[in-house]
Amino acid sequence: MIRMLLPFGVFLGLVILLLTGLQTADQRQVIDSPLIGRPMPNFALPTLHDESATVARVDLLGKPFVLNVWGSWCPSCRVEHPLITRMGREIESPLVGLNWKDERSAAMRWLGQFGDAWDFHLFDQPGSLGIDLGVYGAPETFLIDHTGIIRHKHIGPVTAESYDDLIQKIRELETEAATS
Amino acid sequence: MIRAFLAVLILTLASASASGQITQSESPIEPRDFASQTQEDRYRSLIGEVRCTVCQNEPIESSNAALAADLREQVYQQIIDGRSDFEIRSYLRDRYGDFVLYNPPFAGHTLLLWLGPIVLLLIGLIIGGILIRHRRKMLMERSQAAQ
Repeated sequence: MIRMLLPFGVFLGLVILLLTGLQTADQRQVIDSPLIGRPMPNFALPTLHDESATVARVDLLGKPFVLNVWGSWCPSCRVEHPLITRMGREIESPLVGLNWKDERSAAMRWLGQFGDAWDFHLFDQPGSLGIDLGVYGAPETFLIDHTGIIRHKHIGPVTAESYDDLIQKIRELETEAATS
Repeated sequence: MIRAFLAVLILTLASASASGQITQSESPIEPRDFASQTQEDRYRSLIGEVRCTVCQNEPIESSNAALAADLREQVYQQIIDGRSDFEIRSYLRDRYGDFVLYNPPFAGHTLLLWLGPIVLLLIGLIIGGILIRHRRKMLMERSQAAQ
């Protein structure tokens, strides 16, 4: 009897293994960032609107902020744009754009056409800060606390489902900054 | 008529194979200058073991993605600057995680991955051993009973 049940048990085990594998297939595309809990890398970049201005890491410390990586060449950035616009309205912390591997003129046209809800944009044409942040495709959204530690990373477009979660996490960082 | 048709066919095939050759020579890898053959070999082998994170089933060696080109440039610059393979791998891993390397490290969370096959082999050997012993005992008892 046991001898007959054994192959069946193995088969059942395989079915369960493969089924759970199928369920988590989408999540496997998303690469966990090793940067969570680590300080945001150093940088000094011009802003998109002002070539001569330089913003460095130290300029952003003191308040939590949202760093949204985008490019005018990126179709998914257009998809999330309405939610980013809403985020710009709803949060108190700065919403910083990281215009990644883009042309200045194209980026400006894109903002002119769709609207600019960000506080300002860093202009990273060579993509160096992108590499330091482990960005592997726009859009990506980072939450950084008031001490400059990367606390959360959202990969891909912000969706209606992930929006509330992001807002809640930002609020938590804001309270944390206010109480410390 | 047939001759004209054949001529057109041959011409088409010839131009197709010519264009085929052109696309073949368009490798995504940029030409690079190295100080030594060792450096070039290291570059070749490193870009072969780094995953293109955009197109996840390709190494950056064969990917046309812009990010893969940037990462090839990084690897190249760091080799020229005299960084070791270990340092370059850590540089990439610090930013993109273990996933960026096709060879996962041997660490606590990858123990099952590395030792799993050995454990399975051991289980198989033990089960096989038990079955063989069981069978041998049965055969022996049977032959004794027959005698």
